[in-house]
Amino acid sequence: MSDADGQPALRIRGLYKVFGDADREGLELSRSGQSKDEVQEATGAVVGLRDINIEIAQGELFVVMGLSGCGKSTLVRCINRLIEPSAGEVWIDDREITEMSDDELRETRRRELAMVFQHFGLMPHRTVMDNVALPLEIGGVARRERRERAANALELVGLREWIASMPNQLSGGMKQRVGLARGLAMETPILLMDEPFSALDPVIRRDLQDELLALQSSVQKTIVFITHDLNEAVRVGDRIAIMRDGEIVQLGAPNDVVLNPADAFVREFTQDVRLHGMVTAASIMDTSPEAMTGPTDERYVVREDAVLDELVPAGLSATQPLQVVDGAGELVGVIPLQRLARAMVSDEAAAAIAAE
Amino acid sequence: MSGLPVPQHILSPRSVMAEIMNRSGPVQRDSAWAVPLVVVATGLFYVVAYLFVADEFPFDVGRDIGYRLDVWLDWLKDNLGPLFQAIKDVIVWFLISLEDMMLWFTWPASIAAIALVSWLLVSTRMALFSASSLLLLATFGLWESTVETMALIIVTVTLSIMIAVPLGVWASQSDRLDAVLRPMLDAMQTMPSFVYLVPAIAFFSLGNTPAVLATLIYAVPPAVRLTNLGIRQLPAETLEAADSFGMTRRQMLLKVKIPLAIPTIMAGVNQTTLMALSMVVIASLVGAGGLGLDVNRALGRIEPGNGFLAGLGIVFVAIIIDRITQALTKKQQDALGSE
Repeated sequence: MSDADGQPALRIRGLYKVFGDADREGLELSRSGQSKDEVQEATGAVVGLRDINIEIAQGELFVVMGLSGCGKSTLVRCINRLIEPSAGEVWIDDREITEMSDDELRETRRRELAMVFQHFGLMPHRTVMDNVALPLEIGGVARRERRERAANALELVGLREWIASMPNQLSGGMKQRVGLARGLAMETPILLMDEPFSALDPVIRRDLQDELLALQSSVQKTIVFITHDLNEAVRVGDRIAIMRDGEIVQLGAPNDVVLNPADAFVREFTQDVRLHGMVTAASIMDTSPEAMTGPTDERYVVREDAVLDELVPAGLSATQPLQVVDGAGELVGVIPLQRLARAMVSDEAAAAIAAE
Repeated sequence: MSGLPVPQHILSPRSVMAEIMNRSGPVQRDSAWAVPLVVVATGLFYVVAYLFVADEFPFDVGRDIGYRLDVWLDWLKDNLGPLFQAIKDVIVWFLISLEDMMLWFTWPASIAAIALVSWLLVSTRMALFSASSLLLLATFGLWESTVETMALIIVTVTLSIMIAVPLGVWASQSDRLDAVLRPMLDAMQTMPSFVYLVPAIAFFSLGNTPAVLATLIYAVPPAVRLTNLGIRQLPAETLEAADSFGMTRRQMLLKVKIPLAIPTIMAGVNQTTLMALSMVVIASLVGAGGLGLDVNRALGRIEPGNGFLAGLGIVFVAIIIDRITQALTKKQQDALGSE
């Protein structure tokens, strides 16, 4: 998850954000361990973020997920200081953003922190091309180069032929492609995405998720991706942080979060996720040595990363436990048919088996 | 174009209309500081007057104070004479040049030129309207007056915009300036415009110059207000995105805020034009020529027919100027309007 020298691309340490007139008092109370409601009761200040600690590796697609009002949008804005944190540190490589002067901050925003917005944030008076080139114009890139970079970015998102259009001529999905192209054209190592696909129809959203993943596999940016949709989080994320009331309640790999929800709150989200695509052979296999007996039969061998949907055909014709092998073909566990059947019955049952 | 088109506000979101309607009361909520100022000043005045000046109560000193103001204005006139003369020279030069140009063109050529501009910038229908309405005025024998009025309006509106737009932009960036400006703008617009004519004559004597300047005071406030409002009410999302690119304040203003506020600023220009036109007749009292003078003359001679024709001329000029100025930023407004 991290590059060779192990240096995280982005580090957030002890980050707090308290809104309101009594923000100082609120901050103190929040630090002393009082809950969001208690602080609001006592001072009227609203705790937006409470003691956030995250390290995000180079090239990681890190998802922050939570309901509206949980502080996820505040968190992403504290990274580029569109919202000024009340306390704590944000580091990009070995420089502290939270300590930067206005000039340094501007320079960092131009060179290192691109952002994509839920409502696109396009400039309606500029053409698609000029929208994508605008941040480069601000960054002092020469006209010819910025047009070239903008055209390339638009090519990447499939909007090459819309270069001369005005934003109001585009559909929502296309507008967000422009927003994405604008972020990509800046060629920053970090891309912040605040609910980029939430305003779009499900079909378009899925397309754009796929495109983002395809792009990410080639550009390998460090992405902080905000969403309220766990399905989306699971689809795109390398790791997911789940937030509630300004705090991170669980942080882990997608299947970890889905299969082992940290508490009732997280479980409630995970109920809506289609688990069949998430439960793998590895997560439901029995690894005890006594189970791994019996002759191997090629028809019943499955790979450990096979998902439940793929296990079903093999399971239906099997007369013995499925044998699970790793990438190297070594036997790593077995799935008794009874167990497979139980996992197929319901998502909850599969999660329960995985948790065993 | 159904019937006689009345100059319209291209954009009328509620906030803009509210801002225009703001003229309804002389003291607004935002002008709150003006109220205590007047109260305190009155109190102070009474105390001072009671202690040092008068022995009777209440005092009849209004005439005296008015006289002193006049003395002060005289002093200004005597000591800043060259400045006033310079201002006058510039304004007169612009007016005369514009008029001479159009008159030298002769009326058929001028009408053709205006119709051509209408056609290029607005539409074929507007070109037909410009040509036929101006032709009608020329037939009435009002061509010279029309030219003079057009020149007066163009110079006044141009000067108003040169003052109002920068001031409005500045006010949008400074809450303090905004708070100071608001009651002043309210007062400037609420004060009967006749009042401005008097000092204007004092400084510039009779003619077109005092007319331009009195009109200026009256026509500047809506453009300042709408420019200010247009920049302040921009969607936060767009500004946030611009901020995330690392824009400086200046870049933000020039590349994002002002371009996005163009429709509202143009509504201000439109208001300014209409207010300038509404001053045309009043300005003729201090020696401005043109259609306003024709109306004024008709009033004196009790010739309602001639007064009506000149009034119609003012309406035609208003429509033509309004449509052409609105069309100048039409593309921009289209892109922003349907967003």
